[in-house]
Amino acid sequence: MADQSDNLIEIHDLVYSRGPRRIFDGLNLAIKRGKITAIMGPSGTGKTTLLRLITRQLIPSHGVITVDGVDIATLSQAELYQLRQRFGMLFQNGALLTDLSVFENVAFPLREHTKLSNRLIRHVVLTKLHAVGLRGAADLMPAQLSGGMARRVALARAMVMDPDILIYDEPFVGLDPISMGVIVRLVRRMNDALGITSIIVSHDVEEVSTVADYSFLLSEGKVAASGSPTELRTANSELVRQFMHGMADGPVAFHYDAPGYEEQLLGRDSE
Amino acid sequence: MNVLFRDLYNTLIEFLRTFGAFQLFALRIIRHSPSMLLSRFDLVVAQVFNSGALSLVIIMVSGLFVGAVLGLQAYSNLSLFNAEDWTGVAAAFGLVKELGPVITALLFAERAGTALTSEIGLMKATDQLSAMEMMAVNPVRRVLVPRFLGGFIAMPLLAAIFSMVGMFGAHLVGVELFGVDVGSFWQQIQLTVEMSDINEGILKSIVFGAVASLIAVWEGYNAMPTAEGVGRATTRSVVITAIAVLVFDFMITAAMI
Repeated sequence: MADQSDNLIEIHDLVYSRGPRRIFDGLNLAIKRGKITAIMGPSGTGKTTLLRLITRQLIPSHGVITVDGVDIATLSQAELYQLRQRFGMLFQNGALLTDLSVFENVAFPLREHTKLSNRLIRHVVLTKLHAVGLRGAADLMPAQLSGGMARRVALARAMVMDPDILIYDEPFVGLDPISMGVIVRLVRRMNDALGITSIIVSHDVEEVSTVADYSFLLSEGKVAASGSPTELRTANSELVRQFMHGMADGPVAFHYDAPGYEEQLLGRDSE
Repeated sequence: MNVLFRDLYNTLIEFLRTFGAFQLFALRIIRHSPSMLLSRFDLVVAQVFNSGALSLVIIMVSGLFVGAVLGLQAYSNLSLFNAEDWTGVAAAFGLVKELGPVITALLFAERAGTALTSEIGLMKATDQLSAMEMMAVNPVRRVLVPRFLGGFIAMPLLAAIFSMVGMFGAHLVGVELFGVDVGSFWQQIQLTVEMSDINEGILKSIVFGAVASLIAVWEGYNAMPTAEGVGRATTRSVVITAIAVLVFDFMITAAMI
C-alpha cells in the first residue's frame, strides 16, 4: 500500500461547490513528501475548505484525492480514522477542548488511542509542551490562555502522536512577532528533523516565503501559479504579482460585486 | 393559494426529513452507549454529576413546593367530604404518577438540557468537534454519548427525589399545618398506592430522561455554529422537550390505564 513516489498527497480534477457557488473547479495539485508546501490565495478562495477535503471532513462532488496512493473516498470509517491518526492538524483558533486543562488537551489523543501508562503520557506531554515553551502552563485551562498561547498548545497537541503529516490552518494570524518567529522555526525544525510533510495554508506572504519549500497560489477554484517562493516573487503573471506584493489593483477585485456606486448613492438602483 | 399549498408541502417534507434524521441520530447514540458505559464509565459519571447533582437544588425546592400545593388543594377539597385522611393519598398519586416525572423533566430541560445544548453548540462553533474528528476521535461517541447517558441516568433519580421531597411537603401541610392524623395520613398511602403506580412513574421518568437528553444533544450537535445559532438551538431544545414530554406523558398514561 505504501507508494513510495515523491508525492504524498495528490489531487486530481477536484470540483466542490457550496450552494450555488463553485469553490473548486478542476483543481490539480500534488504535495511532496517531506517538504513544506504552502497553499496561498486571497480570502474566500477555499483554502480551509481544501484542508477539510484533504482530510475528508468534506466530500468533493467530483475528483480524486489520494494520500499515499490510496483514494480517500474509498476508505471505510475505521480506515479513515486510522489514516487521520497520521495527520496532525492545527486549527485557525486552536480548537482546544475547553473543558480540559492544557495538559489534558495535549494528552487527549494519547488517552484516546494508546494504552500508555500515566507516567509515560506525562513524559510525552511535558516534552511536547516544552517544545512550544509552555511546560509551565500545563495546569491552566484554555480560557486562561492568550490567543498565541492557545495556538502553541494546539501545536503541541497536533504533534503529540508524532504524525507524518502536519497541517497548519493560518498558523501565523494574530501572533506577536516573538511567537511568530518561534512557530516558524518550530515548523521548519520539525519538518527537517522528523521528516514530517507539512502543509501550510496562509495568506501571510512574508512568513510563508521564509518557511515554505514550495507554494501553490489558488484563485477562482484553480491553481493560478506554483513554484518556490522566489519563483513566485519574480513571476510574470499579473495575479501573482498583485498577491505577492499586496496591491489593491489587479485581477483580484478588492470590492465585492456591487451595482454602480453612483447609481446606488443617487438611489436609482431601487427604481 | 398555490403558494400556500407549496409552502405547507415543503414544511411537511422538511419536518419529516428532520424527524427521520433524528431517529437515525438516536440509533447512533444508543448503538455507542453500551461500550461507553463499559469502557469509559468515568466520563459518564462526570456527566451524571453535571446533569444530576447540579440540578438537585432546583429539583428539591420545586418538589417541596409542588408537594405542599398538592397537600393544600387535596386537604381543602377532601375536607368537604370529611375525608382529610386521604390528603396524603391524593398528593402521592399526583406526585408519583404525574407531577414527579413531568415537572422533573421540564426542570431538567431548563437546567441541564440548556447547558448540554449550548455546551455542544459552542464546542461545534469553536471547531472542537472538528478537531476531535481530525484526531480520529468520533465526537458523537466521545462527546454526545456520555452526555446523553448522564441525563438518561440522572432523570429517574431526580424524579424519585422530587417525589420524595414532595411527599415531605404534603406531610408538612397536611399533618403539621392542618393537623391530619399522621398515622392515617401515611397508612392510607401505604394501603392505596400500589407498586404498579410507582412503576408507571419510573417508566415515565426513564422515557422522559431519554427524550430530554436526546433532544438536548441533538439540538446542540445540529446548532448553526454561530452565537445566534447556539442561542436559538438552546431555546428550541427547551420548547421541543416540553412538548415532547407532555405528549409522551399522555401516551404512556393512556397505555397504562
